[in-house]
Amino acid sequence: MRAWLALLAVLASVAGARAATPTAAEVEAVARQLRCVVCQNLSVADSPSEMARQMRDVVRERLAAGETPEAVKAYFVERYGEWVLLMPPARGFPLLAFVLPLGALVGGLTAALVVLRRWSRRSADPGASAEVDEEDLAAVRDEVRRRGAV
Amino acid sequence: MRRRIALACALALVPIALLAQGLRTDPRAVPSPLVGAPAPDFALPRFDGGDLRLSNLRGRVLVVNFWASWCGPCREEAAGLEAVWRRYREAGVVLVGVNIQDREAPARAFLGATRPSYPNVVDRNGAASISYGIYGVPETFVIDRDGRIRLRHVGAVGIEALARQIEPLLGERS
Repeated sequence: MRAWLALLAVLASVAGARAATPTAAEVEAVARQLRCVVCQNLSVADSPSEMARQMRDVVRERLAAGETPEAVKAYFVERYGEWVLLMPPARGFPLLAFVLPLGALVGGLTAALVVLRRWSRRSADPGASAEVDEEDLAAVRDEVRRRGAV
Repeated sequence: MRRRIALACALALVPIALLAQGLRTDPRAVPSPLVGAPAPDFALPRFDGGDLRLSNLRGRVLVVNFWASWCGPCREEAAGLEAVWRRYREAGVVLVGVNIQDREAPARAFLGATRPSYPNVVDRNGAASISYGIYGVPETFVIDRDGRIRLRHVGAVGIEALARQIEPLLGERS
């Protein structure tokens, strides 16, 4: 019993220490999702600017204080708006960015399928699409008859 | 055939409309979710010694101006900010300058050149400026007597524009 309690205490202290010092990878995972606010389309993890460094410091401090990565992101959204997230949320107007490419893919595949089926039907049944002028047909019949006679 | 062309045109209109929308919106006009929200508090060292805690100024109308010595528009607006401070300080307005993204020596040189008589503090690690959602300098916030952000101005601010924002807030009671 006492051994179990000791083990629990050790585990708790390890968990506490982990919350107190986030690893570089944990900081980067959050920083990678945030837009460097003074750059053009660079994440806070990628930008060498001072502003991005300060934003990384804020991420590290808030993680160290025990906040979840989601809460840290929410802190930035509260101040900068959803603009600060590099990946727009999949709802409202930004949802279009997710739906449109998928819709274009499905629509394109459907159109390709329809066209391909029409082509294959045409080549399987050549008579169906062969529209021949009556006059031409008569001329050909005439020709055949004449040659046959020779 | 004509119907097909009409359909293709209608489909092409969708991306064109999206592009038009994207081109018409100014990429610099970033909406601030902070207007109407309580102003984030900060306690920062003053250039002339001691600390300034923003929440200690609750009950006054506050103008918080974020600046840097390397920023041209900050230099342009400096005289106007000083004029606004002189015009309204008796009415209970407090101006606070916050130096961000800067080094100490050029920041002090900037203060020596523009000579503001209102308090200026320095935000060395940028935590205060990030808490205000700053992405450039200068940015100016007007905070009412209840400690709510009422205006965010990006870029150099003029005397009259600032005065128009301050006047109605002076009459409000907290």
